[in-house]
Amino acid sequence: MSFQQVTLSLAAGFLENCRLFFETLLFSIPLGLIISFGSMSKFKPLSYLVKVFVWCIRGTPLMLQLFVVFYVPGLVFGVPMRDRMMAALIAFVINYSCYFSEIFRGGIESIPKGQYEAGQVLGLTKSQIFFKIILLQVTKRIVPPMSNEIITLVKDTSLARVIAVGEILLAAERFAGKGIIWPLFYTGAYFLIFCGGLTLLFGFIEKKLSYFKA
Amino acid sequence: MPVLEVKNIKKSFGKTDVLKGISFSLEKGEVLSIIGSSGSGKTTLLRCLNFLETADEGTICVNGKEIFDSVSHKNLTENEIRDNRLHFGLVFQSFNLFPQYSVLKNITLAPTLLKRGTPEEIEEEAKGLIERVGLSDKTENYPCQLSGGQQQRVAIARALALKPDILCFDEPTSALDPELTGEVLRVVRDLANENRTMIVVTHEMEFAKSVSDKVIFMADGVIEEYGTPQEVFLNPKSPKTRSFLKKDIETNAE
Repeated sequence: MSFQQVTLSLAAGFLENCRLFFETLLFSIPLGLIISFGSMSKFKPLSYLVKVFVWCIRGTPLMLQLFVVFYVPGLVFGVPMRDRMMAALIAFVINYSCYFSEIFRGGIESIPKGQYEAGQVLGLTKSQIFFKIILLQVTKRIVPPMSNEIITLVKDTSLARVIAVGEILLAAERFAGKGIIWPLFYTGAYFLIFCGGLTLLFGFIEKKLSYFKA
Repeated sequence: MPVLEVKNIKKSFGKTDVLKGISFSLEKGEVLSIIGSSGSGKTTLLRCLNFLETADEGTICVNGKEIFDSVSHKNLTENEIRDNRLHFGLVFQSFNLFPQYSVLKNITLAPTLLKRGTPEEIEEEAKGLIERVGLSDKTENYPCQLSGGQQQRVAIARALALKPDILCFDEPTSALDPELTGEVLRVVRDLANENRTMIVVTHEMEFAKSVSDKVIFMADGVIEEYGTPQEVFLNPKSPKTRSFLKKDIETNAE
């Protein structure tokens, strides 16, 4: 088995990791924002419900959630989940939007009341205040915790292996099954390079937002 | 007709009665100073006028039009409340500039969102205001690059940009170093000389004495003394006013 063959085969697997990563981000960031609004709602039953949900999701392993999403529809409702990638995506989106929601909530609640009041006395609407005044300040504050969480997500995508999504670790294990063990360690390089890129990106964003203090 | 008429404003937080029936009126072009010790309800009164707090009882009329009535207030739509509050402008103790925007953008943001003119007109006007508060060389700076006094002057320009009928100041110099209060008070004084209607909550007694047409001394949620600066400062009737002013003189003498 040549080095080039292994590289290509692992790259094909890592493409699945990347797909899961980007799609999870695409859906879990907006959903996380909605969940954070739910948990900050003044309507107590809603905020209570949302908080219990977040507790359940953050309080159980992501691996278990993958099993639940993949097996429960078939076992309980008789409609088996055929698309493994879809099952993984659903589990990841739910899991990560809960984590993100807590980061968003912390960020939003950390903005001083005076910023809202300044917007109010200037006659702005609630949504103008949020989108024109609060959002960028929140963004600046949550870049460090978000970068942490997003880098964790890169590596978590390999958990999809437990429901046999053809991601990079599964690809490497196929080689291991044939007695070639080194591709398994080689997968680390893919993650390292990808996370390296992300680290640079977040550093860049942080720098871009350093022109103001908030 | 008075530009502002406040009748019997009451406000309590839980079991604490902060305002116990405040009534006063203000003529166009007058400057009213509200003095009193901390916790007397000065700031809460100002916040009620700006609808940052909702008074439990009372009415507020601007130019003869009732803009607040505790009974019907909750029936108003958010749009109506927003229109009503624009009769007032408020300058905060802690400036509350928007940190991510330049000085110019801080001032143009609200007029732009409220569609108060074309972008060119709004910018033109904002630049005029910046010049008036003496910060023409800081137009493109961000709040974090300004001193407290400069930030407060930007906040004043920002409030002026919406052309409020009545401009309110909530202890505009209390968060400033002593050497920076002068530049802010000078701007407020200039505005007073232009016959702008203003309400200033302040701890600067000398300033209140020299700039105001009327002075209210508040104590324990009521207007303890009301009159011209001469009446309140030189010839106070209430013993509470006398002891407050005496304490102030003693503190300043130290």
